Amino acid sequence: MKNINAILTIAFRDVLKFLRDRPRILATFIFPIIFIGVLGGSFQSNLGKVAGFNFLTFVFVGVIAQTLFQSAASGIISLIEDRENDFSQEIFIAPISRYSIIIGKIFGESLVAYLQIIGVIAFGLIIGVPIILPRLLLLIPVGVIVALSGGSFGVLIMSQLNTQRAANQVFPFVLLPQFFLAGVFTPIKILPIYLLILSRISPMTYGVDFARGIYYWGTPEYQKIVLYNPLVDLTILIVMFVSFIGIGTYFFVRNERNK
Amino acid sequence: MKPVIQVNHLIKRYKKETRNAVNDLSFEVFEGELFAFLGPNGAGKTTTISILTTTLIKTSGEVKIAGFDIERDPTKVRDNIGVIFQKPSLDQNLTAEENIRFHAILYGLYRFNPTFSLMPESYRRRVLELSTILGIENEIFKPIRNFSGGMKRKLEIVRSLMQKPKILFLDEPTSGLDPLSRKNLWDYLQKVRQEEKTTIFLTTHYLEEAENADRVCIVDKGRIVVIGTPKNVKEELIDEYLLINSKKRDLLRHELNDLNVKFEEGEYFKVYLKGKSIQKIINRLTVDLNVLQIHTPSLEDAYLELIEMGEKR
Repeated sequence: MKNINAILTIAFRDVLKFLRDRPRILATFIFPIIFIGVLGGSFQSNLGKVAGFNFLTFVFVGVIAQTLFQSAASGIISLIEDRENDFSQEIFIAPISRYSIIIGKIFGESLVAYLQIIGVIAFGLIIGVPIILPRLLLLIPVGVIVALSGGSFGVLIMSQLNTQRAANQVFPFVLLPQFFLAGVFTPIKILPIYLLILSRISPMTYGVDFARGIYYWGTPEYQKIVLYNPLVDLTILIVMFVSFIGIGTYFFVRNERNK
Repeated sequence: MKPVIQVNHLIKRYKKETRNAVNDLSFEVFEGELFAFLGPNGAGKTTTISILTTTLIKTSGEVKIAGFDIERDPTKVRDNIGVIFQKPSLDQNLTAEENIRFHAILYGLYRFNPTFSLMPESYRRRVLELSTILGIENEIFKPIRNFSGGMKRKLEIVRSLMQKPKILFLDEPTSGLDPLSRKNLWDYLQKVRQEEKTTIFLTTHYLEEAENADRVCIVDKGRIVVIGTPKNVKEELIDEYLLINSKKRDLLRHELNDLNVKFEEGEYFKVYLKGKSIQKIINRLTVDLNVLQIHTPSLEDAYLELIEMGEKR
């Protein structure tokens, strides 16, 4: 019970921080405009007919999954920020499990990620992306898995970094290429072998594919778009989540106390 | 009395260091004690507190807090302690009350609620009570971003007292506080000690705060130099002496030699008492004195003397 309250309060703090950070809120509305409007729009105009499915919808679902994954992952950096502000002392001295701290953090950043996709969805609806609404609503619970696995990926990367500076340099480097490798904007069914390998070891690939698998389930486009059965994606995401949190927490706690 | 802090041969060497930051410390602190841990910068005070509060891994040795081993039962240890760190550890994005609430829920004192007004009555009362004692009741709902250093310190103190800990670790708690707040804090801490038998482990640079301690432990270069009551430490470290002088210095020197007391000659004559009665010495002097001072050491004198000795070593 104590740990559940701790998880809630750690998560709540992240949401509060987000809501008080105006530039960050603004940024969350700008990215979907670029991604869906510019990229999706231009692909649809030029490649839509050849591909045999609507690119705007394809990118739209991809960006929802990518936003959840990436936002939760990069939000975890704030644990390093806390360390530099000496606030982590306050968290680490509390009589709660270290896993509660990490899970609270992932949970909080996932909530923040959900606030951010409000912008994505609003923009998608405004520019009239062809959407089947019930299927979009189905993505809301499904997205939890995507956000949580993104958060666990963030924990794994963060546990290897010691300073805010390093984190600011490394996080874009490990996240940005995944936008493309995970097929957020372009299909990745057929790729040259080196890209295929990189794509299939990118954790974000399974989050994006999972979201699309659910959205396109039973539609004619399913075969053209989705890589794996959603159950396969789900299994991979769960394995990732558990192992990333385990390894990440171990290293993070060790670095924190073992100086 | 039962010990609530037991430290046995504690050693800490930081990574990539050749010297032990804490070098074989052993001591005990008893329930309800005010224990002052003193030493110059770099003596190993904060390192010791960090290990005792489970935020830093020791190299070797054994530490038990409230009967629990810091390595095997860290959560139980943390359940029994409150800590005020030397560096403020507050979240700048939150208000003062939010910082307190965050803490109280992490410590399992209350269930999570998103706003102050939804928190239970007991929480709200305690926050207002403690913030009034420290004089920050008007600022409690403001963001702390613009708080002064002293106000942040007060907030941290309020926060650490929320859970009524069995042992309170204070790492230089009053640095940056104005004299009135220092006094209020100490009055309150004394009250808490009496009512709840709270043990206080204190590091401080204000020696008058250590003067009120039950026991003082002075460390230097990671080792204990002296440990005992403030009175014992003073006696052990430096001598009481008389400063006297006369226009007839030769005669005075002669008489002091006859008395068989140890003395040094400087601007004045410094006569070491070594437990001898002042009155007996004065009575046997016939020469007219134009200076007479009795020097009783303060803890500060003892401390400074010790640090000087350490530097010469």
